[in-house]
Parts: sequence; C-alpha cells; structure tokens
Amino acid sequence: MSEINKDIVKHTANLARIEISDDIAESFTSELDKIINYVHVMDELDLEDVVPQFHALNLMNVMREDIPEAPISQEEALKNAKQTENGQFKVPRML
Amino acid sequence: MHFESVIGLEVHVELKTKSKMYSSAPNEFGAAPNSNLNAVDLGYPGTLPVVNREAVEFGMRAAMALNMEIADVTSFDRKNYYYPDNPKAYQITQDREPIGRNGWLEIEINGEKKRIGITRLHLEEDAGKSSHYSDHSLVDLNRQGTPLVEIVSEPDIRSSEEAYLYLEKLKSIIQYTGVSDVKMEEGSLRCDANLSLRPVGRAAFGTKTEIKNLNSFNFVRKGLDYEALRQEKVYLSGGKVQQETRRYDEKTGETILMRVKEGSDDYRYFPEPDLVAIHIGESWKEAIRKSLPVLPDELYERYINAYQLPVADARQITLNKEQADFLNEMVETHQTDAKLSANWLMGEVTGTLRKERKELGETGLTPKNLGEMIQLIEDGTISSKQAKKVFMKLFKAGGEARQVVKDLGLEQLSDPKLLLEIVTRILDNNAQSIEDYKNGKDRAVGFLVGQIMKETKGQANPKMVNEILLEEINKR
Repeated sequence: MSEINKDIVKHTANLARIEISDDIAESFTSELDKIINYVHVMDELDLEDVVPQFHALNLMNVMREDIPEAPISQEEALKNAKQTENGQFKVPRML
Repeated sequence: MHFESVIGLEVHVELKTKSKMYSSAPNEFGAAPNSNLNAVDLGYPGTLPVVNREAVEFGMRAAMALNMEIADVTSFDRKNYYYPDNPKAYQITQDREPIGRNGWLEIEINGEKKRIGITRLHLEEDAGKSSHYSDHSLVDLNRQGTPLVEIVSEPDIRSSEEAYLYLEKLKSIIQYTGVSDVKMEEGSLRCDANLSLRPVGRAAFGTKTEIKNLNSFNFVRKGLDYEALRQEKVYLSGGKVQQETRRYDEKTGETILMRVKEGSDDYRYFPEPDLVAIHIGESWKEAIRKSLPVLPDELYERYINAYQLPVADARQITLNKEQADFLNEMVETHQTDAKLSANWLMGEVTGTLRKERKELGETGLTPKNLGEMIQLIEDGTISSKQAKKVFMKLFKAGGEARQVVKDLGLEQLSDPKLLLEIVTRILDNNAQSIEDYKNGKDRAVGFLVGQIMKETKGQANPKMVNEILLEEINKR
C-alpha cells in the first residue's frame, strides 16, 4: 500500500523549508513509504484498552513560579543575526 | 433570497503575568526592541521551556469566569510553521486538551438575552512583532513568548451587532478577572472572525472565510458587514465562496484576500515533547474559583435591584470594571446617591477622561471626593454650574471637595438670614421694580435677582434667592 507520493514529499519539504531535488524527492518517497508501512504493524494489535501515551516521561505539573529574571541585552540578542537595523532583526520583506 | 450570517469569533488575550509563558524573561509592553528576551524566547538549540504557573491560573480564572469546564488534565502541543516572527519555527499551544471547554456568555440584544457558546479556551504563546518596509521587514521579538489565551466561540453569532456585543461582554468579563489589560489599541486583545452565509431557514453552514486585522470593535462590525455583503454578491451572481483568509483594510473598509486557507494538517500538530501535562485537581480548581471577583452579570443585577439604576446605566457602568469599582465605593462607603453617582460617572467623568486621554486611576478623582462634591451640590453649597469647576480641579489635582470649593471661593451663599437682609435692601432701593411686578411685569423679578447676584458676586443660592424674593415682594 503506497500512501506517500512525490507531491506529498515536496509539500512536506516545503513546509519545513527544505529544498530538495526531484531525484531526492523520488528516493524519499519510497523510503518514507516504507517507514509508514512499518508503523502499520501496530494496526494488527488489539489496543482497545490501552491508554494513549503522549509523553515519554511519567511526570506531571512541572512549572515555575512567575518571577521575572534579567533578560539578555539587545546586543546579545542580535549577535547572531545576519542583518539588523534599529535594534531589530532585518529580514526579507514578508506579506 | 435572504441570507443569514453565521459568525464565530476567535479572541486572543495577552495575560499580564510578570514573566513569559515558557521563559523567565520579563513580560512587559513598550520596552526597547529585542531587550526583553532570553535564549528560550529566541529558540536557541538546547534551551527548554518551563510553564509559568501563574499563566495556568490566569487561564483557569478566565475560563471559569466564562462558565467553562476546567480540564482535569491539560497538555501542550506543537504547531509548526515558518515565519520570521516565530524563532522556534513552532508555537507551543494546546490542541488536544485545552484548559477550558464548553462555556458561554450572555448578551442582550433588542431587550432579549441570548447565550453565545464558547467552545474552548487554551493557553499559548504570542509571536514577535514585525513591521514592513518597501524591500525588507524588521522583527522585534519582545512579544515572543508572552502568555496568551485564545477563546473560541461557537458559531452562535448571527449579526455584526451580536459580534460587537459578544466582544464588549467578553472584554468586560476578562477585565474583571484581572488577568489582562484587554486593550485592543495595545494589542492585548485581538480578534479574528469567521463568517459564512446560509439561506434563512437552512440548517447547514455555508463555506466560511476568516477575517483578520480587525483592530477595534468598530472594525469588527464594519469588517463583518462588508464580508457578509461580499459573500452575498458572490452567491447571487451564481459563484461559490471559497475557504480563505481575508484581511480587513481600515482605509477602504473592505476585506482583501490574503491567502487560500491551508489545512490544519499543514501545521503538523504533535504533543509537545519538552513539556509534561498538568493535572488540575479539585482543590486547585476550588481555590481559583473562590478567588474570582463579582462578575459583570451579577453586578448588573445588583445595580438594577439594589441601586435601582436604569437598565442603560447598569449596563454601561458594569462594562467598565474601573467605573464599577468606583461607583460601588461611592455608594457603599460614602453613601452617595447611586443615580447621581452614575450620572457623573457616565457623563462628566467619561467625557473628561476621553478628552484628556486618561484612565480613571490616573486622575485626582476618588470615590470620596466625587461623592463629597455631589453632596455639596445636593445641599445647595454649590450650584451644578460651579460644580464643573470643582470637578475639573479634583480631576486634575485631587484633594477634598469642600476645600476646593473654599479655595475657588465658590461657596454658595445659603444662609437664609443673610439672604433676607440682602433681598430687603435690594427691594428698598428698587420701588419701581416692585410696582412693575405688581402691574404684571414678570421681567421685574429677573432684574431684582440680577441685582442680588451682583451684590453677592454670584454666590447667592439661586433657588433660595427666588423663594425669599417672591415671598418678600408679595408682602409689600
């Protein structure tokens, strides 16, 4: 059963902003399809009474108190930016 | 064919916690760009979010005030999308298990009460803020990580007027809970609207469009009106409305196509691996429930039943918590007449605040001095015209009403003995006027009052002057 096609691979790559060539999209199509099919092994199990698990750790209620701490400086915040202007990140025009 | 609007609103409210939703950076409005951040907000590799407990409690408060069920277990999810104002390339939000579900609020339209359902309320983080220029955009990430609640209504709203009333009520309820400033002009309350049309009498919904950039309650109303008309034209010309996101343009009053709606699959939601679930036990819920203040609907009933205020007054004052608190104190603590207090609050106070662009708390007015001033008008110490001068002084500089009256030299002359002396003297000196009066020339009274006012430099109590004058003149 083939669920993944080249369009899905390219669409997903685009959502993740990964540039991929047609060749690679082709090979990913079959590789991802294999992975999905592998997961379908689960469908053969009876999981009716199994509570879904959404997290690997059995922890609850990890929270912090609402106490602000000193932020980093504007200079530090912008240190790794390719371009800045007026204390802001400069990026290609959006919209 | 007649169409009916089906409207649902999504409202984002910024919570006024001291620190951010998932980081300990300060949560402040108006700081220099990119100066309220830390590595978590910037999405640096190796950083981990930790949930702000206060934000969870604020979410509970808001949800409870909106009559919602609070989740026993609430958890977080990752919503993936690329945008320059979103440094992690995902937003940590709540998808599967929001903190609140199944609530409602009540609006009053054409004298009838109507409940609008609220589907869900969930916690999430705000993104940064970008400004756009001809060939580039600039990004300030201070707002990144600000705690938000998103409140999603049921598609129960049937007109732009109902949408307006829903927002007005929602804003006021949230304001009462104290979890947000709910200022649309500062962006701490934002609204997106979904609208579809259907022929009147049909149950199924039509295709909806989402309208963004509705930056004031009036724009919500205008944007919805425009969009309803646009969709109607599409249908009447045989076309089909497509599911899309549109932007309200403040200048033209039109909605403009932004993008054809992407499916929610594209966000690739999945359980947030960096945060564990939160269990909310009964005792925690109870503690928050007990801390809730009196809410607008309850106060409204009190104003109508105990304070005997007219419906319109009760409605207007309960909408604004600051005014409601003020009125309560004037009436409860300073025994000021409720109706007179309401009149001043809705009239002079509101008008002057608007003119001076101030909040009640930024003025010198207090429930005590305003109450005292109203008392001084009532007992005739000052006229209502003079009161306006006293009011402005109190508004600007505060102080005691009685002292301000003295300082301004406004105290009305209300001593009957003194007034009688003056009236007698004026009558003695104006025999002609008395005769004119006896001959039916009522204007003579006006002249005599004028003389008395002149003599007292305008400070004589006009009501008493009239009474004494008529009594004395008729004796002669």
